[in-house]
Amino acid sequence: MLSDRASWGLKAAAIGGLLFLHLPILLIFLYAFTTDERTYQFPPPGLTTQWFAVAWNRADIWPPLYLSLKVAVISTAMALVLGTLCAAAMARASFFGRDQISLLIILPIALPGIITGMSLRSAFAIMEIPFSTWTIVLGHATFCIVIVYNNAVARFRRLSGSIIEASLDLGANGFQTFRHVLLPNLGSAMLAGGMLAFALSFDEVIVTTFTAGQQSTLPIWMLNELVRPRQRPVTNVVAIAVFVTTFVPILIAFYLTRGGSETAGGGK
Amino acid sequence: MGTPARSRTLLMTNAVEFLSVSRLFGTVRAVDGVDLSIKAGSFFAMLGPSGSGKTTCLRLISGFERPTGGTIRIFGQDVGRVPPNLRNVNTVFQDYALFPHMNVRDNVAYGLMVKGVDRRTRHAKAEEMLALVKLDSYGDRKPAQLSGGQRQRVALARALVNEPQVLLLDEPLGALDLKLREAMQDELKALQQRLGITFVFVTHDQSEALSMADTVAVFNNGKIAQIGSPADVYARPRTRFVADFVGSSNVLDPAMTRALGGPEVTASLRPEALRLVPAAGATLCGTVTGLRYLGPSVRVTVQMPFGVLGVMVPAGSPCPEPGSSVCIDLAPDALHVMEDE
Repeated sequence: MLSDRASWGLKAAAIGGLLFLHLPILLIFLYAFTTDERTYQFPPPGLTTQWFAVAWNRADIWPPLYLSLKVAVISTAMALVLGTLCAAAMARASFFGRDQISLLIILPIALPGIITGMSLRSAFAIMEIPFSTWTIVLGHATFCIVIVYNNAVARFRRLSGSIIEASLDLGANGFQTFRHVLLPNLGSAMLAGGMLAFALSFDEVIVTTFTAGQQSTLPIWMLNELVRPRQRPVTNVVAIAVFVTTFVPILIAFYLTRGGSETAGGGK
Repeated sequence: MGTPARSRTLLMTNAVEFLSVSRLFGTVRAVDGVDLSIKAGSFFAMLGPSGSGKTTCLRLISGFERPTGGTIRIFGQDVGRVPPNLRNVNTVFQDYALFPHMNVRDNVAYGLMVKGVDRRTRHAKAEEMLALVKLDSYGDRKPAQLSGGQRQRVALARALVNEPQVLLLDEPLGALDLKLREAMQDELKALQQRLGITFVFVTHDQSEALSMADTVAVFNNGKIAQIGSPADVYARPRTRFVADFVGSSNVLDPAMTRALGGPEVTASLRPEALRLVPAAGATLCGTVTGLRYLGPSVRVTVQMPFGVLGVMVPAGSPCPEPGSSVCIDLAPDALHVMEDE
């Protein structure tokens, strides 16, 4: 007989799985406070907050941080414009090859990052484009657009198609329709998509390694730092910063799209 | 070429004019050379099955479709190049298309807001419109909190707030249940007479068209099959299609018309124009094959020697059993001659 209560064994397995996934994250936080700077021994011999000050004063952290923020902001902005426009076209129009194009748009997120990275790198080489901030931005935009697109297209499908016509019918021009009808209904979906895109871009490593050249973003700086023996907890301090920078937007995105089943804005 | 006086008369009388208007979608002729004129202040129905071109005609008036050929005039102005937002025409959409993020008052005031009318004036005007459709005190609600009938009224108020020259209604009652639909029919008609605005509405429901409209245009395959008053279209269908679509006429082929004492042409015969009579002295007799109870009347299907006829018997009068023999009689002018298609 099927019971609607989970068995004891299943509960234990589920809790075990969750602990296995999330306890190591707590360890990362813990090691940011350890007094031991060469090895990650457990339990830590002592606790200190000195590494936060050390990290703050390390000059080599700031340029990667700026670069990461810059790349994330620019690729998110690009994704917001292109992803939303794309979603509008795909949700509204019907044309030959629409489903195939829809697949092509989603593909970058399904494709392994290493393939995207390699193909972009060879494309840049063929076109003799030197590595710069913009090559990283291009790489990140490929998947950021998909994130925004997915959020926006779902919202577009939920909107009644005729509200745009209704707005025009009532005398509004295109800009007024966008501002008073489309944006209020799309806004939270775009914000959620943008937050997720920002978070994804900020901690991206694989595509970045192929498109960055000699520059390093914050995650790449961390990767390099892990193999050095000195001041190891500094990396953990940076990890906490990255965690907060990416986790907070994702949390906001989650809350923005939570009421997805009700009519857009209906419960505002 | 009309004289100034003549064109002024035209301005006064015709709200909408179609001069051989066509709209093609690829090779499909959704609207195929339609000529029509809608009198100012009238209640005009476009009736037809789905795909007959009636909705496309409505969208040609609102401006969401551009004609492939022909000229459309609204109060004398050629609107061929006028976009929807610059036409003094408003639409009640089939799904109402209320803005979900705005409350009812802001929905109704939208047309005034985009014109730059200040908040106080437009809200006062919106309340006035809501009172007109009997929704005062609903201004603060969201569309999601309203019933179907209430949403319909909001859509109506929102379209009327702009004081349009022509109000377009796309299957306005389609989503409502029967009782509400009948109440709304009366209300729409009363509203139209009170406001004096030209109403153009699209429907596939012939009883709706006949009961509300001053003039009915019956659409078929992108063309107007017949245009006239409801009584005219009902009693004198011009073609077999109209006879079939409007009401439930007997359509008679030439041989049947001949057998019923008419000339040898295609004709229509309303079932209520036939009477069941005693066998004595009657010449047209047959066998009852079916009965359909309709409330105020019973539709009796009779197999005659020359074909099948439907006869409407008022409820309360004696009704024959299936399988029994009956004889029928008809008034000489009951046969209506139709054009061959």
